[in-house]
Amino acid sequence: MVNRGDGRLAVAFLAPVLIGFAVFYVYPSLRGAWYSLTDWNLLSEPRFVGLGNYAKLVGDPLFWNSLKVTFGYVAITIAVQLVAGLGLAALLHRLTRSLVIRSLLLVPWLVPSVTTALLWMWLLDANLGFLNHLLVGLGLDNQGFLTSPDLALTSVAVINSWGGVGYTALLLYAGMLLVPPTVYEAAALDGSGEVRTFFRITLPLMRPILAFVLVVTLIGSFQLFDTVAVTTKGGPVNATRVVYYYIYEQAFTHFKMGYASALALSLVLILGVLTFVQMRLLRASTSDLA
Amino acid sequence: MKFRACLAVLVLATGCGAAQSSGDGTTTLTYALWDDVQQGAYQQCADAFSKANPGISIKISQNAWDQYWQNLTTQMVSGGAPDVITMQASYYPQFVKNGQLLDIEPMVKADKVDLGQYRPGLAELWVKDGERYGLPKDWDTIAVVYNTGLAKRAGVDLSDLTWNPADGGTFEKAIARLTVDANGKRGDEPGFDKTKVAVYGIMPELNDGSQGQNGWGDLAVSNGFDYIDKNPFGTKYFYDSPKLAETATWFRRLIEKGYAPPYDKTSSLGIDAVLTSGKAALGITGSWMIQTYLGSTEQKFAFAPLPKGPEGRKSAFNGLADVIYAGTEHKDAAWKWVKFLGSAACQDIVADNAVVFPAVSSSGERALKAHQAKGRDVDAFVQAAEDTFLLPVSDHGDEINQIVSTAMEEIWLGRKDATTALTAANQQVNALFTGN
Repeated sequence: MVNRGDGRLAVAFLAPVLIGFAVFYVYPSLRGAWYSLTDWNLLSEPRFVGLGNYAKLVGDPLFWNSLKVTFGYVAITIAVQLVAGLGLAALLHRLTRSLVIRSLLLVPWLVPSVTTALLWMWLLDANLGFLNHLLVGLGLDNQGFLTSPDLALTSVAVINSWGGVGYTALLLYAGMLLVPPTVYEAAALDGSGEVRTFFRITLPLMRPILAFVLVVTLIGSFQLFDTVAVTTKGGPVNATRVVYYYIYEQAFTHFKMGYASALALSLVLILGVLTFVQMRLLRASTSDLA
Repeated sequence: MKFRACLAVLVLATGCGAAQSSGDGTTTLTYALWDDVQQGAYQQCADAFSKANPGISIKISQNAWDQYWQNLTTQMVSGGAPDVITMQASYYPQFVKNGQLLDIEPMVKADKVDLGQYRPGLAELWVKDGERYGLPKDWDTIAVVYNTGLAKRAGVDLSDLTWNPADGGTFEKAIARLTVDANGKRGDEPGFDKTKVAVYGIMPELNDGSQGQNGWGDLAVSNGFDYIDKNPFGTKYFYDSPKLAETATWFRRLIEKGYAPPYDKTSSLGIDAVLTSGKAALGITGSWMIQTYLGSTEQKFAFAPLPKGPEGRKSAFNGLADVIYAGTEHKDAAWKWVKFLGSAACQDIVADNAVVFPAVSSSGERALKAHQAKGRDVDAFVQAAEDTFLLPVSDHGDEINQIVSTAMEEIWLGRKDATTALTAANQQVNALFTGN
């Protein structure tokens, strides 16, 4: 029996969330959509320019460059985080279940990313960094990890992977725990080795959690901003000018709020499509365990 | 607009620092600056000012350079910007364009402020279309900074160098001499291994925006380069000038010869960090860095004048000013404070702190004496003020900065030759002025 009173109560309970959602998400999004149709530098009144910002965006080589750089970064980050994360998770799962080690794994993730970036900026510095000191000590050339256009993006990706891999590993480890021990026992009885078990049993059975981790890492790495802002500021020669940093520059260095809003909305669209495709491809909502 | 302003004020209520009149009838002015080293000196000015004007008290709000301009702009959007603001010449055009700064020309005229008391050229920087936006507070010039120990060992005299873009003059000779490879061979000796350099002769500030204030700009001007058709507020830049391309090519050559670190292997921690570590012998720097270098405990540094180029010795000359926020509720009080900041009374206080050179000529001399009293030899910077050029001031400063610094990076990396990169950049820059 449906009670009308329940409906009202539900609304009352939902109200805090709904109001928060409306004030902090819906309203700013609508404003953003409106600003993307204007020319606005914060100080003047917004001037309506129709789709002018979007037309400009299509012909802006720096925007396309920022997308290219971002995709490059996302690819490196996901590859590093997933491979390293799976490795760590498998070790945790099969070798040790020590709570201490699991907690230690999370330490880099707990350090604020600006601190991480600063730390690595010192370590990787071309002339004064510890790592280059080691390289030169070994008779090798020093490397401009963050100052060479060929290395900077990879360095940033590795720095962030270092910070995030513990968290990824923990998520994957939780996924591995979902696989029933009976399956492993059966595999062991049939004479399957560690490696084979991992690829034939563990990986396929944790597909939903893999999909989840993939989506979260993808969206997270699309939002790269702080490490770039601290270490390279988009340089050298646009090599690390990722799309979030580019939006930020348009908005708060050049004060082109309208154009920045148009860039941001385009990014929302791209991210939405990517997530949808990923979820479909990985059939994330069904599990093979059922 | 009004709604947003109210909302923002509500959110930022404690942080935005708008002026308030408290119940007892005193007015509190907020004064924004970025240099924490100077905050003490201006607090002394504020105390002296409040003593003379019992109804007005000053609250200093200091924000680091990196956040300063963003904070300022967002505060203006919310309508709660500081009443009086420390302003830099290349940033003020955008605020003027949006009507955020108060025209103080009528007050300057009414109070008969003596504009002749400032060093020549400084006061005019702040005039646009007959309206005046600020009174000068200090100035800075550029000189060579070098590691005295390394210079002595190399046996070089840096006191009167010459430079030209073709062979680099005695400046390049000194730089070569100061460069030492891993085997102890100097840059001008046979057998010098440029792939294994232990100490670089020069650590140039190459990533230096669109003006090259700390190096390439000064040498380019001494080579006959002009940035812009009219300063301030020209509308046509000359970044495609061969004079600039020659200069940039010379800097690139230093890298190729191993006298300067490769651009992609250059520390991102700033040239002072590298010089302080002893991995480079010489640099080009501004007078605001005096304390940093002379206060270094790791190395001993001294200053020398910039080298004399084909057109003589040319140092960039930059000035700051105090301006009034157009939205202030206390125009009269703010003007009184600006007038005091721009007077010898306050600038003498700043001078005695020996941090920067105040804009009032007599206070500038007083600052020199204060430096000397502390045993610092800063003559190179004062000498540099004899023959200077003003850095270009125009609209679109932030975009020009990005275009030119990217082009310069391509030159330093050897990806493009100077003429190609700078010609393309100049077209982009000038398109900003014709395109709307």
